[in-house]
Amino acid sequence: MPDIDIVTPIRPTPALPLRSRLAPLLMPHRLVMAGLALAALAAIITKMDWSWLPGYLPKIGHGLLVTLALLASSVAAGFALALPLGAVQVTGPAPLRWLANGFCTVIRGTPLLLQLWLIYYGLGALFAQFPEIRGSWLWPYLRQAWPYGFLTLTLSFAAYQGEVIRGAFAGVPRGELEAARAFGMPRLMVFRRVWFPRAVHRALPTLAGEIILQLKATPLVATITVTDLYAVITRVRQATYLTYEPLLLLIAIYLCLSGTLTLALRWLEGRVPSGR
Amino acid sequence: MNDATPAVEIRDLHKHFGRLEVLKGISLTARPGDVVAVIGGSGSGKSTMLRCINMLETPSAGEIAIHGEAYAMRRTRGGLEPADRKQLQRIRAQLGMVFQNFNLWPHRTVLGNVIEVPVQVLGMPRDEAVARARQVLDRVGLAEKEDAYPAHMSGGQQQRCAIARVLAVEPLAMLFDEPTSALDPELVGEVLNVIRDLAAEKRTMILVTHEMGFARDVASHVVYLKDGRIEEQGPPEQLFGDPHSPHLQQFIRSIA
Repeated sequence: MPDIDIVTPIRPTPALPLRSRLAPLLMPHRLVMAGLALAALAAIITKMDWSWLPGYLPKIGHGLLVTLALLASSVAAGFALALPLGAVQVTGPAPLRWLANGFCTVIRGTPLLLQLWLIYYGLGALFAQFPEIRGSWLWPYLRQAWPYGFLTLTLSFAAYQGEVIRGAFAGVPRGELEAARAFGMPRLMVFRRVWFPRAVHRALPTLAGEIILQLKATPLVATITVTDLYAVITRVRQATYLTYEPLLLLIAIYLCLSGTLTLALRWLEGRVPSGR
Repeated sequence: MNDATPAVEIRDLHKHFGRLEVLKGISLTARPGDVVAVIGGSGSGKSTMLRCINMLETPSAGEIAIHGEAYAMRRTRGGLEPADRKQLQRIRAQLGMVFQNFNLWPHRTVLGNVIEVPVQVLGMPRDEAVARARQVLDRVGLAEKEDAYPAHMSGGQQQRCAIARVLAVEPLAMLFDEPTSALDPELVGEVLNVIRDLAAEKRTMILVTHEMGFARDVASHVVYLKDGRIEEQGPPEQLFGDPHSPHLQQFIRSIA
């Protein structure tokens, strides 16, 4: 017998009427807290110095774009890399399995900042020594900082997500694979039609959390001269001698980003047919 | 081939897991149209025997032939293994199996589950597969459910979908591995009714079951397994009405 209940149908919880959803928010202590928060916000807006903001808006916008581009590209490339990393650890031949496992262990076991510097200063300096590379069409890109930031973030995401994917592959119930084999599916077809889609499906819910973590890892690229959102704000602080205002803005922007991402991914998850 | 060719033939099948010998020489023949019910206590080897028929378990010794075609096997250290992957896949595609835990593919709808093997394995055009799938879904009473996902259905519905998935491949023989053991009692009947209808159509089946009354009703031949051997076999009236083996007598008493 399976220990999970696979017999009872899952029913969506009915949405509460708006009134009863609002009721808990209207309790006295919550009203006081909300009032305090509003007062704090008002004080921040009126009492602090925001005169620099309009002048820096274009730069902040550009930094935001850099952050988002780094996030999206490293998540996409990292996920694509994580799929084989995870699959190989479950089904691959022993040497590949060790290799993938070693990669994940090393990347997950060392600070991202360290990897970033090793790749930027190490790889970047190494590339510069080869005239073939300096002369190639790639050089205009390789002499900039962002490819190294992208590479490091991608490897990091791949390592963490690879571990998740490994678990997802291992967690697909054997019976579903057995059924596929029992109907005469060749191995590759079992993988393509059942194992792989089921594993991705199982890994999706954790993806949201990993993307948020990745967002919060992106400011590290500021240390290798990539002008992401964080780097722009740092420059604002240096130029205006203001400490708190730019940082508060930074917090607000990151909160908005992670909130939007969470909502978007939750919506996406709800659209994928559920099944265990 | 003519009707005399057995749909499934098992000759002197042995299976051991490590040092534990689960099957100790089983021979069994199912002719086309036979409904063979396999009964026996837990650990008697009945599921293992069934799973050897489509090589989900590989025999340690013995021979298995489906519609006159024996699996090509080669010797390994521990026993045997299928030697011809193509042949294995071709034979498997002609044997439908219904599992205790349904084992539907949860990322596909009911219709998706039923057309999966015809389209992917048998290479049937999708339209044709869908048309056929609708017919078999209608047969098992799931015509309204084709867009549902397995997780949203009851166990009885899931198992009927699993039966439809088997019917869609027009199997030479259907293998049932305790198809009602994971179901709530009130859902057992709807699944048994479907199987009963299929038996009445003279479809070849090998059925491992704990439902004695059902085995008696539906089977044309009943096999009682005890400790990896066939202890007694025969028509249901004889086996249930006048069992010779004391073990079987006790088994029937304990179930009733």
